[in-house]
Amino acid sequence: MRGLSIRGLTRTFPGQGSAGPTLALQPTDLDVTPGEFVSILGPSGCGKSTLLRIVAGLDRPTAGSVTLNGRQVTRPGPDRGMVFQSYTLFPWLTVEQNILFGLRERQVPQAQAREIAAAYIARTGLRGFEHHWPRQLSGGMQQRTALARALANSPEILLLDEPFGALDHQTRELMQELLLEVWGADTPAARKTVLFVTHDIDEAVFLASRVLVMSARPGRVKAEVPVPLPYPRDWKVKTAPEFGALKARLMAEIREEVRKAALA
Amino acid sequence: MEPLKPVTATARLLLGTGFFVLFVGLWALATEGGYVQPLFLASPARALAAGWSLLTEYGFLHDIGMTVWRVLGGFLLAAAIAVPLGLMMGAYKGVEAFFEPFISFARYLPASAFIPLLILWAGVGEAQKLAVIFLGSVFQIVIMVTVIAGATRMDLVEAAYTLGAGRGGILRRVIIPAAAPQVMEALRLVLGWAWTYVIVAELIGAQSGIGHMIMDSQRLLDTGQMIFGIVVIGLIGLVTDLLFRQLNRRLFRWAVL
Ligand SMILES: Nc1ncnc2c1ncn2[C@@H]1O[C@H](COP(=O)(O)OP(=O)(O)O)[C@@H](O)[C@H]1O
Ligand SMILES: [Mg+2]
Repeated sequence: MRGLSIRGLTRTFPGQGSAGPTLALQPTDLDVTPGEFVSILGPSGCGKSTLLRIVAGLDRPTAGSVTLNGRQVTRPGPDRGMVFQSYTLFPWLTVEQNILFGLRERQVPQAQAREIAAAYIARTGLRGFEHHWPRQLSGGMQQRTALARALANSPEILLLDEPFGALDHQTRELMQELLLEVWGADTPAARKTVLFVTHDIDEAVFLASRVLVMSARPGRVKAEVPVPLPYPRDWKVKTAPEFGALKARLMAEIREEVRKAALA
Repeated sequence: MEPLKPVTATARLLLGTGFFVLFVGLWALATEGGYVQPLFLASPARALAAGWSLLTEYGFLHDIGMTVWRVLGGFLLAAAIAVPLGLMMGAYKGVEAFFEPFISFARYLPASAFIPLLILWAGVGEAQKLAVIFLGSVFQIVIMVTVIAGATRMDLVEAAYTLGAGRGGILRRVIIPAAAPQVMEALRLVLGWAWTYVIVAELIGAQSGIGHMIMDSQRLLDTGQMIFGIVVIGLIGLVTDLLFRQLNRRLFRWAVL
């Protein structure tokens, strides 16, 4: 079985002190085919990060299972690359060394590793910054490096948890286009599977071929909206009438959940 | 003056030297002005003169060398054991649970109180001097390194896992490099404390060293020599501290120290 398959995935966090346990994720099923770009849209606190962290192997489900290309996920591994919302570049390594981190861990020969790193540095527009330290980079550049670092490992799936959430609006739009460019640079058959978590409707629609809407906590997938806009897409797509229609539909779905979350 | 507002570099330098000048001025006034008996406190000029004769006639440079080697020897021995142990304790909570209660207790044992025991065990030779410095430093370093390594950013550890790092890789390629600058800063701090232990160790049963010279001067009631000795300790402490700081700046240019 190729692709990502999630069955009955549930996560309950034990309560602390007098607080009772938190059900973060209701039993969730999800299938993602190879090469698909899926956005997961939901209000804050609905369990998006929990879902992604379990797929990454950073958290364990209370019940249910995650299978990637027929193998059950039990721990983190280089087959699932991740970019976090917080800046997680290793501050003691330069841009290039950060991108080489996973390749070194997998003992890819030096010359080959540097070639791979150089390719991703070029693709993410980081030429000239190879030897900068993370503290010398803007937020956008740090996240570009984090993306290059995850891609350099040639993962089977890319897990992005609000990677542009901390960036200003303009930078965020440029980053969305860059992500599509990097992702679309491969032939359709060779494209990475992407799970992209966000609470931004525009972002979800612009990037994905399918948007999953999550309910307020406890989270579950409450709606699924295909995005029939063809790739490659650029920013102009955001002004197309189909784009507006999809947005309106998702906004209706999301508003209901945000209201529930606010009242909960 | 405005709260928290920085001053210019020139102003800092002037103010910093200003206090030294004021301090020496008051000292000179008190002694040269006859307000304090020379028996209790030598004047700055007499202390300098005493220092000159110490250096040229009494081989004080050898004493300084001995003290420096004792401090560095004991300190390096302590660091060689304490840094790896602290890293293991910070990284592995089981190791921490095993050692931490004992070390938290041991760090409050005053190194100077061990001197009589250490003389019994190791005599009055170099081994005893190194042991005092070692005991005074080792537990402090372990505790500080444990805290530093234990506070490694979890998001960096998780990022490393998703990049394929194993448990060994997390320790070698995340915890250790992340902790390194703060560990070096902790070592700089403890080295400063080590200077105070060495003098205590040299006050009792030593044939050389700055502390030994100060004891000898007391017998001769030479306050000039005593003060010169104390100032030399302060100067060496200051210089090693500055060198250490320079080294850390150079080693960890990625961090903002
Ligand atoms: N480690 C944890 N311990 C306890 N509760 C947690 C933990 N992680 C997340 N939660 C709770 O689970 C819910 C979902 O969190 P999360 O998946 O981070 O939401 P989202 O990413 O959608 O904003 C929240 O109510 C949060 O407080
Ligand atoms: Mg989240």
